[in-house]
Amino acid sequence: MRANRWFTPWLLLGPAIIWVLVFSIWPFLNTVVLAFTNARPLQAAQFVGGDNFVRLFGDDRFVYALQTCAVYVVVCIPLLTFLPLLIALLVNSRIPGIGFFRTTFYFPVVASAVVVAIIWKWLFDSSGVVNEALAWMGLLDRPYAFLVHRWSLTFCAIGLTVWKGLGYYMVVYLAALGNVSHELHEAAALDGAGRWSRFWVVTVPGVRGGMLLIAALIGVSAMRVFSEIYVLSNGTGGPGGQSMTVVMMIQAVGKGLNGQLGYASAISVILFLVTLWPLLLVALVNWGPQLGAMRRQQRASVEANRLLKRGQAARRQVVTTR
Amino acid sequence: MTRTPTDSSSSPTMRLFNRPWRQRGSSDMFKPTMSVMILQYVLLVVLLLITVFPFVWQLSTSLKGAGEDIYVFPPRLIPQAPTLEHYATVARTIPILSYAWHSALVAAAQVVSNVVLATMGGYALALMRFRGKAIVMGLLLSTMLLPGEVTLTSQYLTVKALGFQNSLVGVFLPGAVGAMNVLLMWTACRMMPESILDAAVIDGANAWQRLRYVVWPNIRGMASVVALFSFIGAWDDFLWPLVVLSEPAKYTLTVGMQYLSSNFGSNPRVVAAGTMISLIPIIILFAAFQRFFFQGVQEGGVKG
Repeated sequence: MRANRWFTPWLLLGPAIIWVLVFSIWPFLNTVVLAFTNARPLQAAQFVGGDNFVRLFGDDRFVYALQTCAVYVVVCIPLLTFLPLLIALLVNSRIPGIGFFRTTFYFPVVASAVVVAIIWKWLFDSSGVVNEALAWMGLLDRPYAFLVHRWSLTFCAIGLTVWKGLGYYMVVYLAALGNVSHELHEAAALDGAGRWSRFWVVTVPGVRGGMLLIAALIGVSAMRVFSEIYVLSNGTGGPGGQSMTVVMMIQAVGKGLNGQLGYASAISVILFLVTLWPLLLVALVNWGPQLGAMRRQQRASVEANRLLKRGQAARRQVVTTR
Repeated sequence: MTRTPTDSSSSPTMRLFNRPWRQRGSSDMFKPTMSVMILQYVLLVVLLLITVFPFVWQLSTSLKGAGEDIYVFPPRLIPQAPTLEHYATVARTIPILSYAWHSALVAAAQVVSNVVLATMGGYALALMRFRGKAIVMGLLLSTMLLPGEVTLTSQYLTVKALGFQNSLVGVFLPGAVGAMNVLLMWTACRMMPESILDAAVIDGANAWQRLRYVVWPNIRGMASVVALFSFIGAWDDFLWPLVVLSEPAKYTLTVGMQYLSSNFGSNPRVVAAGTMISLIPIIILFAAFQRFFFQGVQEGGVKG
């Protein structure tokens, strides 16, 4: 039923469309253009071709940033894909008080990354609780400065990200677990499958679709990490900036009156390209078979058409030669 | 829940009052056995300690007097002489209350703008027919693939061109309506049966009246989800305010906290008091509306 004038939907959608165009699409196009210039504030930009990208791969800081992000991704994906699943299984039962546990496990998610990082800075300080605990257990005789070495700083930040992310992915898995059928579990149990094998043959296949998406989302957010390392290293990016992440580098290179906007944009373009592929991969795995089937079907129908035509032609030939 | 000897735990009416663990001979395989349940509680408590310890430790640090050792192990969580002096100190050292006010302003503005604009957009997308709808959907969905960090530099240039650099308006503006929120409201509006709207049209309701009196009462739940996540997103955001604001007097709470921690870091008790000031509003909000948080995450990957 048509009951509104043609412009009503556009009036309602107008603000959303304008915002997307002005604050997402336009800045994105601008970033791509700037990446090929030497733009700086207060100075006319010149087109420099691929110079920024050539320079990037010779820049030690960028190589460090890529390494930090790569380690972040490689460590975070398995930890944040499997630990929250186990926690979700643990809280996915009807025992008394379970609601309280679920709520509390979610709490680190809503706290700001900055605040949590500030707390972790004190925990991992050379006189902090972690060092005291290790000394108390006799594992260290001298306090270890976690936050001034490249990899220990990175791993502290990873620990923070994992700790903060557990609750979030737990809730995502709880929704996925709700869709795993009870009947399958029952059938498997009747066939003599124990808890362990039921986990692998019923639960994991049941949440596999969600798991893949979760892994991709973790990968993307691990590449975008900023606040954790920024706060833990007081904005310096660790010793000599070696623990800097890609986003930290964008922020550091592009800021201020002397910011190299073109160079920062080139890094942004690279970041965009790396964050795109996990999601494309998921799309390919989830919808690839369907696309493949569609293409096969199409090819089959084209082939059938061809055969049909050839058959007709042959028949015509038979008719004409007779 | 008193049990009389005539109760038989297998009778269906008594199911509700059963013990939460499985007894010998019971066929309910989804109930844990007693020993499994004890193990489960032990694991839950361990996880609880891991989750809460940093917060509790921070709270206890903020209340400890200057003479008390905060680094002793095993940690003493209950201060010997609790004091609120560090809260006063932090308010004297940096204008933390005005930072909190800035954060609250930006967050409140983003809650209102996101709820209103996303509801309007989601309503139009789900319940109206018009040409170009597929293009609008494509536009909204494509921004899902675009992380905000990628457009950071250019977004700053845009905000600067509009004249809002180093102002709270500049912090607020790009997040005023999120594509994700429009899509969330779209999924909520799609649940509305078309026949009800048709009935409203026949009764003479215009587009605005249909949205206000027919659709809105049904999508209020999702609107709360959008409101909450907008608030948390604005309150916790760090990178964007850090880029936009250049003057310490205008900082929001997260940027101010980082400023406090890196410039006045010598006194952990004062910094702890600052972190508690930033945590408390979130704790209250979360405790009051926790079911919307879970709904929000499950509705489709809203990232907090």
